[in-house]
Amino acid sequence: MAIGLHDSEVKNPVLRWVDQRLPVITMLQKEYGTFPTPRNFNYFWNFGALAVITLVIMILTGVFLSMNYTAHTTLAFESVERIMRDVNYGWLMRYVHMNGASMFFIVVFIHIYRGMYYGSYKAPRELLWMLGVVIFLLMMATAFLGYVLPWGQMSFWGATVITNLFSAFPLIGPEIVTWLWGGFSVDNPTLNRFFSLHYLLPFVITGVVFLHVAALHVTGSNNPLGIEPKGPQDTLPFHPYYTIKDSVGMVAYFALFALLVFFMPNYLGHPDNYIPANPLVTPAHIVPEWYFLPFYAILRAVPDKLGGVLLMFGSILIWFALPWLDTSKVRSMRFRPIARIFFFLWVISFFVLMYVGGKPAEQPYVIIAQVATAYYFLWFLVILPLLGKYERTLPLPESIAAAVLGPRASTGGGPLPGAATAKPMEKA
Amino acid sequence: MKLLKVLAVTVAVAMSSPVLAAGEAPAPPNARFGFNSFFGSFDRGAQQRGFQVYKEVCAACHGMRLLSYRNLLDLGLSEPAVRAIAAGYTVQDGPNDEGQMFERPARLSDRFRSPFPNEQAARAGNNGALPPDLSVIVKARHDGANYVRALLTGYVEPPPGVTLADGMHYNEYFPGHQIAMPNVLNDGQVEFADGTRATVDQMARDVTTFLAWAAEPETEQRKQMGVKILIFLAILGGLVYATKRKMWAEVKH
Repeated sequence: MAIGLHDSEVKNPVLRWVDQRLPVITMLQKEYGTFPTPRNFNYFWNFGALAVITLVIMILTGVFLSMNYTAHTTLAFESVERIMRDVNYGWLMRYVHMNGASMFFIVVFIHIYRGMYYGSYKAPRELLWMLGVVIFLLMMATAFLGYVLPWGQMSFWGATVITNLFSAFPLIGPEIVTWLWGGFSVDNPTLNRFFSLHYLLPFVITGVVFLHVAALHVTGSNNPLGIEPKGPQDTLPFHPYYTIKDSVGMVAYFALFALLVFFMPNYLGHPDNYIPANPLVTPAHIVPEWYFLPFYAILRAVPDKLGGVLLMFGSILIWFALPWLDTSKVRSMRFRPIARIFFFLWVISFFVLMYVGGKPAEQPYVIIAQVATAYYFLWFLVILPLLGKYERTLPLPESIAAAVLGPRASTGGGPLPGAATAKPMEKA
Repeated sequence: MKLLKVLAVTVAVAMSSPVLAAGEAPAPPNARFGFNSFFGSFDRGAQQRGFQVYKEVCAACHGMRLLSYRNLLDLGLSEPAVRAIAAGYTVQDGPNDEGQMFERPARLSDRFRSPFPNEQAARAGNNGALPPDLSVIVKARHDGANYVRALLTGYVEPPPGVTLADGMHYNEYFPGHQIAMPNVLNDGQVEFADGTRATVDQMARDVTTFLAWAAEPETEQRKQMGVKILIFLAILGGLVYATKRKMWAEVKH
């Protein structure tokens, strides 16, 4: 080997020449070929890969849509319909992109719940988790910006409501709003900058996803037992075991995606967005897309505007502190019988908020939203910190191999938790 | 600042009070349109009759600016027939070499001619109300097809105690019940070439079918492609799952 060249094991001379100078093949082999991965993943560990696939789909369809989209208030609505009618397979591109946003959030919500349930945010994966929260915030911004682009009634009024949230901040609030709009109302400058930013942010997301994955490959993945692999008996090479398992999830995911795109493409949308934007006519109910509803419900649960805005932003920002709010040493909620119950209640509160977020702000929805909001924060700020001190957790297995292969195969014969084998979902 | 306050108030009002509560309309009955079902397609006869209803009745006030005459070929009409339909309209073109705008018969590539040149003209001709463009109307309403059909057949005498504003009409299914559009469909209003009796219900169904197609002309192609893709994914899924089972058979997990 010449000095300064990477010691490549690639056989093909051309690829070897490349790999010696830029060891991408060695890197891929290390990170996605032999990468030691816990052997006990369940199908919830598919969702990271599914999120990456969705990001790629969104960027590809988005690039093609932008070729035929016109970011001008007088043309935007019509250009979207022209894509649907006169561009070859334009309807397919647009419906995939439109429903892809919903699929992206479904996948990412499940990915986040999984991280919460199995304690994937705990040391040493705090930064990995926090990068994930950054990705989620960027996704929300991108989705909001994108929803404005067709310039329908919900686009316009959604943009008006959401940008007006910033006016709640004292002193500088109104100036921020004018600055965001590029004028004194949501208008053409707003649409233009939203289009520009909507095209930019997915690449920012891609960058943060790269960091997220890089951090993952330093610490390695968590697993349903929440205990670290202790040796080769606890892991499997990523390929072929998890490439094939991710493929199974991917096909199932595509089937659901196709069902939505081809048979009910407008099911998750709002009919008012097929009415061209009209600044003089306010829709009877302004509702955001379904994936914003839990946060929208928190916003409306507070009678004070500034309080509502702060609580809404706080409901996501609090995720950054999760690794330190959860004081328990045990990661997986399989071994936390009390925390598990409270966590499921938290997930229910999230869905309750999603439901009331789509309802008009009147009783009984207001009081339901307030109770659910209270529990949402109670879980993070009170229940989790206290449980770490007072909960009696179940005994952890000796090792992943011991739990998976049974007591006889293990050295110490640690207890085998019933939950680890009983759930059909987790039988791979 | 003043504008912000106005906006904040409109937003607050929109978020807090159910504006429609005063005249909440009942849910439209399910008219069992074939195209609404999972694999359903459009009835060509109904589409063609529906176009005739649109052309002879609705088009007096409502435009469909997103459609071109060539789109009518999708209804199963022959090309000469569609050319003849287009030629029945005159559209403005130009400027020509002398710099003059001129009128000519419409071609296949022309958009549907709108009945009014602009919004002001439309309002002036309709007692201040603006007849909406119907290109995507079925996509733009909750339960679109059923709603449009119900609306067209929903003109009844106002219940006692209800006073209608000047020039307004009572419709059971319109939010708020007071609608500027008069009842335009009467039995025998149009004469269908295929001999179908032009009852109000028949015309309402047919024109709704036409409007549903106009809103989503890709529907049939989309559903057909969806079936192929789902079949493909089912087979692929079986193969991938079998492969996965085989690969994992040797390792305990």
